[in-house]
Amino acid sequence: MADAIPRLGALDHLGLAARATAEPGAAGVWLGERRFLAKINLRGDPQNAAFMQAAGAALDGVQPTTAPNTAVRAAAIDLLWLGPDEWLVVAAAGSEAALAARLAAAVAPHGGTVTDVTESRTTITVSGPRARDALAKGCPIDLHPRRFRPGDCAQSLLARVGVILLRADDATGPVPRFELHVLRSMADYLWRFLEDAGQEYGVAVVESEDRSQGSGIR
Amino acid sequence: MLLIHCPWCGPREEVEFRCGGQGHIARPADAMDISDAEYARYLFMRTNPKGWHYERWNHVHGCRRWFNALRHTVTHEIRATYRPGEKKPPLPDGTT
Amino acid sequence: MTAPFDLRRPEGGRIDRARAMRFVFDGAGYSGYAGDTLASALLANGVRLVARSFKYHRPRGIATAGAEEPNALVQLRGNARSEPNIRATQVELYDGLVAASQNRWPSLELDLGALNSVFAKLLPAGFYYKTFMWPPGFWHFYERLVRRMAGMGRAADASDPDRYDHRWAHCDVLVVGAGPSGLAAALAAGRAGARVILCDEQAEPGGSLLGSGATLDGAPAMQWAGAVLAELGALPDVTVLPRTTAFGYYDHNALGLVERVADHAAEPLPGQPRQRLWLVRARQVVLATGAIERPLVFRDNDRPGVMLADAARTYLGRYAVACGRRAVLFTNNDHAYDAALALHAGGVDLAAIVDLRAEPGGLRVDAARARGLRVIAGRAVTATHGRSSVTGVDIARLQEGSDLAVLDRESIACDLVLNSGGWTPSVHLFSQSGGRLRYDEATGAFLPGRAVQAVRAAGSCNGAVALKDCLKQGAAAGAAAAGDCGFAAAPPALPAAEPEPESAPMRLLWVVPSDAPVGHKGKHFVDLQNDVTAADLRLAAREGYRSVEHLKRYTTTGMGTDQGKTSNLAALAILAEATGREIPAVGTTTFRPPYTPVAMGALTGRTVGALLDPARWTPIHRWHVRAGAVFENVGQWQRARYYPQAGEDMHRALARELHAARNAVGIFDASTLGKIDVKGPDAARFLDLVYTNSWSKLGIGRCRYGFMLREDGYVFDDGVTTRLADDHFLVSTTTGNAAPVLSWLEDLLQMEWTELKVRLTSVTEEYAVVTLSGPFARRVLTELTADIDLEPKAFPFMSLSHGTVAGIAARVFRVSFTGELSYEVQVKASYGLALWNACMEAGEKYGITPYGTEAMHVLRAEKGYVIVGQETDGTVTPYDLGMGWIVNDNKPDFIGKRGLRRADLQRPDRKQLVGLRLEAGERRKLPEGAHLVADRDAVPPMPMLGHVTSSYWSVALDAPIALAMIKGGRARMGETVYAPLPDRVAAATVVEPCFWDPEGKRLHG
Repeated sequence: MADAIPRLGALDHLGLAARATAEPGAAGVWLGERRFLAKINLRGDPQNAAFMQAAGAALDGVQPTTAPNTAVRAAAIDLLWLGPDEWLVVAAAGSEAALAARLAAAVAPHGGTVTDVTESRTTITVSGPRARDALAKGCPIDLHPRRFRPGDCAQSLLARVGVILLRADDATGPVPRFELHVLRSMADYLWRFLEDAGQEYGVAVVESEDRSQGSGIR
Repeated sequence: MLLIHCPWCGPREEVEFRCGGQGHIARPADAMDISDAEYARYLFMRTNPKGWHYERWNHVHGCRRWFNALRHTVTHEIRATYRPGEKKPPLPDGTT
Repeated sequence: MTAPFDLRRPEGGRIDRARAMRFVFDGAGYSGYAGDTLASALLANGVRLVARSFKYHRPRGIATAGAEEPNALVQLRGNARSEPNIRATQVELYDGLVAASQNRWPSLELDLGALNSVFAKLLPAGFYYKTFMWPPGFWHFYERLVRRMAGMGRAADASDPDRYDHRWAHCDVLVVGAGPSGLAAALAAGRAGARVILCDEQAEPGGSLLGSGATLDGAPAMQWAGAVLAELGALPDVTVLPRTTAFGYYDHNALGLVERVADHAAEPLPGQPRQRLWLVRARQVVLATGAIERPLVFRDNDRPGVMLADAARTYLGRYAVACGRRAVLFTNNDHAYDAALALHAGGVDLAAIVDLRAEPGGLRVDAARARGLRVIAGRAVTATHGRSSVTGVDIARLQEGSDLAVLDRESIACDLVLNSGGWTPSVHLFSQSGGRLRYDEATGAFLPGRAVQAVRAAGSCNGAVALKDCLKQGAAAGAAAAGDCGFAAAPPALPAAEPEPESAPMRLLWVVPSDAPVGHKGKHFVDLQNDVTAADLRLAAREGYRSVEHLKRYTTTGMGTDQGKTSNLAALAILAEATGREIPAVGTTTFRPPYTPVAMGALTGRTVGALLDPARWTPIHRWHVRAGAVFENVGQWQRARYYPQAGEDMHRALARELHAARNAVGIFDASTLGKIDVKGPDAARFLDLVYTNSWSKLGIGRCRYGFMLREDGYVFDDGVTTRLADDHFLVSTTTGNAAPVLSWLEDLLQMEWTELKVRLTSVTEEYAVVTLSGPFARRVLTELTADIDLEPKAFPFMSLSHGTVAGIAARVFRVSFTGELSYEVQVKASYGLALWNACMEAGEKYGITPYGTEAMHVLRAEKGYVIVGQETDGTVTPYDLGMGWIVNDNKPDFIGKRGLRRADLQRPDRKQLVGLRLEAGERRKLPEGAHLVADRDAVPPMPMLGHVTSSYWSVALDAPIALAMIKGGRARMGETVYAPLPDRVAAATVVEPCFWDPEGKRLHG
């Protein structure tokens, strides 16, 4: 029954799947969307070892990091630092309910709280040889390869839209890859901005759901 | 176009922040017992120095943390930023 | 007989003679070469007269070869791409370029405005201030006339078709200027591994080397520059930006750069921006911005053909253009001899070198004499002749102690007057950075002093003169800057420059005498762009203008597009002389960004059109679009305001929507309301502190409406909060206040009540919210859910049920903002549209009707429900709104509790919320904001009772209704008040602020 109910993604009206190409060719900026990735907000006291341990255990051994603006990336989970007592769990689409329940049960006894924010944001991927140039047109973060390394993340503005930004490649490939978790309501605006910003380098829409590059949730 | 050191995130552009006005203003615990004039001092009276100023900032587009800063209102030099609960740094030598 | 002299020299220069470029100036066709500027191409074509001056409409020619050009401002391109006030000296020539002169009518040659020149005696300093003061209020009339006469170009009247880009950039070392010092600095920092940005305003890096003909290691210096650029280009962390002006130096080493990406073409390539604004955050800055030659202030020094000496050398060396056939050099220093010698070598007949110094000496002077050039010492140019071009000069001997020069007079025919008063270092950016300037007596110039930010100055902007010193300073500054960023850097080995002769001292003479007192014959121009003369400045000083900032505003010296790059120093020196002070005591005017004008398009970037501002869409947005909704912006949200059907205007659409919501069922997208998830053992305690009412005893699954106040006692926000669990609440906020409320609550938790264990998460966007409202709301919902008991006893007003709606997991809140039976159905955002569609389908037989924010406003006003920001304005308390019941004063503390006790907030005559009913039969609404008075016949000024806050046509009442804030309003029930309007005085009766179902039967039904 529930399967029959259509879910609407934030960018579905753009028909990205139909526009996607496997061969971005000469385009300098490759844009894609990863719909409905599970996203769970985790709060807790990092000084509380029991909380940290419980969270790690519930997250397949991925321990929350205390290093600001970095992510711990594992096979099925990205765990992004958002604040001194706040993290974002990103996991495969559809896993949010079970994961949130498991995590909440684990951390609640240790003062942790869990909120499912899966639907609040969608994920836009920006890659390609000119990805950094396109992002620099709206984002004040220094994205130089030595300054924003694989696994680094940041919360900032892109074109006056709040984003959670993750460097999602492992520096072994030829081009960088970034994931932007953006509020659903502003995803259309941000997408149009990125297409405009990338225009001088050429923009290709890529199927980014399952691009197998680097580690993380693929 | 200030460059502000968030005590957690490090140096970030001013556009990520909101200024929350003067810092270190204690909310009176005995508010109900003090006069209107005394309460008005808490509510309305703020310093407006040409010089060093203790301020509150919020990294609103970053980690959402509030923190304190010591900024010079003329040169915009930010001498220190520090977390809530941390002791406020002294004013630089020779100033009051 | 000599061969005909071609102004374009047959060889030399950095132009590409194989690529001819045709262009049009003032309607006439000309030809130049790739590598030319518009200015060099005009000069090569013998075009002397390129502009009329601002005030006197005097003929003007090209005076400089760079950013400092005061005269040669042109209107570039046409139609939508037309741009005014562009310096011809900085316009790269392209094939098909079209430009026109400004500030003349009907043409440059015959300009009627030049009549001003005849009446010049009547146009002294401050003329406009003195003349157009009377009669009062007539300035707007004069202004039109003055503006037409004044030298401003025209803005394009169509919207700009081109794109403008913005980008952020970060680097270790930003080097401004790619002359010899800047290249050496960038090389030093780049080799050390630093991230370097090197920018230069010109198309080709090289700076002074481009035109000077200097050599390094015995080869043309540009070979060295080429090798440096090649090396920099190969370094991955070095960015070289030609055609890029650093125009502003801001706080914490932030600099604004504008890159002219495609200005050297008629149109940008597809997708290419015309210009790009760079916001650079640099850890260290090296300024290598060079120096600008300073004109001498002598009589009639403005005729076309009067030019800076080094500019003429640049035109010859870089563009292979001789600026004239027979030249006179007028100088106060040695350095200009280099230019004269270069022109002489280039074939220009050098008639004389007129040197202000009585006994010029040294190697340069010897070299000039050795070539047979006539050096006339201790003389001055006392006049120039010619109309649209200079034809000759008069010279005379300077007399000690006299401000006249009348002895040994001689006339010399020439078509080019080179002049040099020394050099002014370009300290604009250094000064903008907050750095102090110091005055150097020997060169009569301000130099960089103590730096405030992480910045160094190198080369001629730092007072260096010899090429070898520029290179050395640049390399040292670049290495030190890289070192300060943590890179091990040593200055690179530098090529050897030709030894330069020691310069003899210059002679500073700020106003050159002529055969009549200054101001009596001809004009000694100081500021060519604004037509300000030495006499004007002296007059202003006599009138009491002692501050250089006042002098600037009074005389307009140093204003305009060139901001006095060639004139400021002379102006303040003349002020210093006239007021008997030293130059440092007078000081400079403040240097402000931009260094050269920046196009509005570049400042705007891509925040135009569809990208002007982020637009927020609800998960149901596309449905509203397809339904033809008219949208309104609420913050950044785009909300459906109403849904007109074919043939309906807003009034009719609204009437239909209102009727359905009161008599059948309406459906409303409420997704934009802010939602904050509040979790933690202290959640209830926290809410008790931030709301006026109590939360500790609220049952799980129950909702309550609350007010948040500020500490001063005034209403900040309102909304319904629901208890989801003992330690878990869902707070709703107004759409516009969602972010401020969250930030404020975080402020309290992080800074004030750090002991409270509470965590806040915004879940505004996690859920889509569909409101069903109206007598049939329950019936529609019944069709969509099997697992929620909708019976009023099981699911009363102000409570929550969990279940499935249309097959979607949902939480349903029985709350109402319309006064009707209402349900708010929340589902995960991606299911919002499916839920909406299901409701529309199930509701069809009940006449379900979508309503927008406009109908919502009417429905709530009929009930007297306030909107924060409409009834309240930041000075309204809950008591003022007649809602004292919402304040639980028994709580020991809450935000605003003490504030509410302030004496002024207790006054009985405070403005209070009331309803207004108009006279029977009145169909016209009161305007929102209308003031209300007690006396129908009162005339202003009269006491105001209050104002209308909300006013609508009520379909349910078939009459206009209004809400108002009125002084002592609660005690005025039944009284008549009046709204004086432009066309009538409307009478209204004060009533309770609830017009519909005051008992709330429908709500609880």
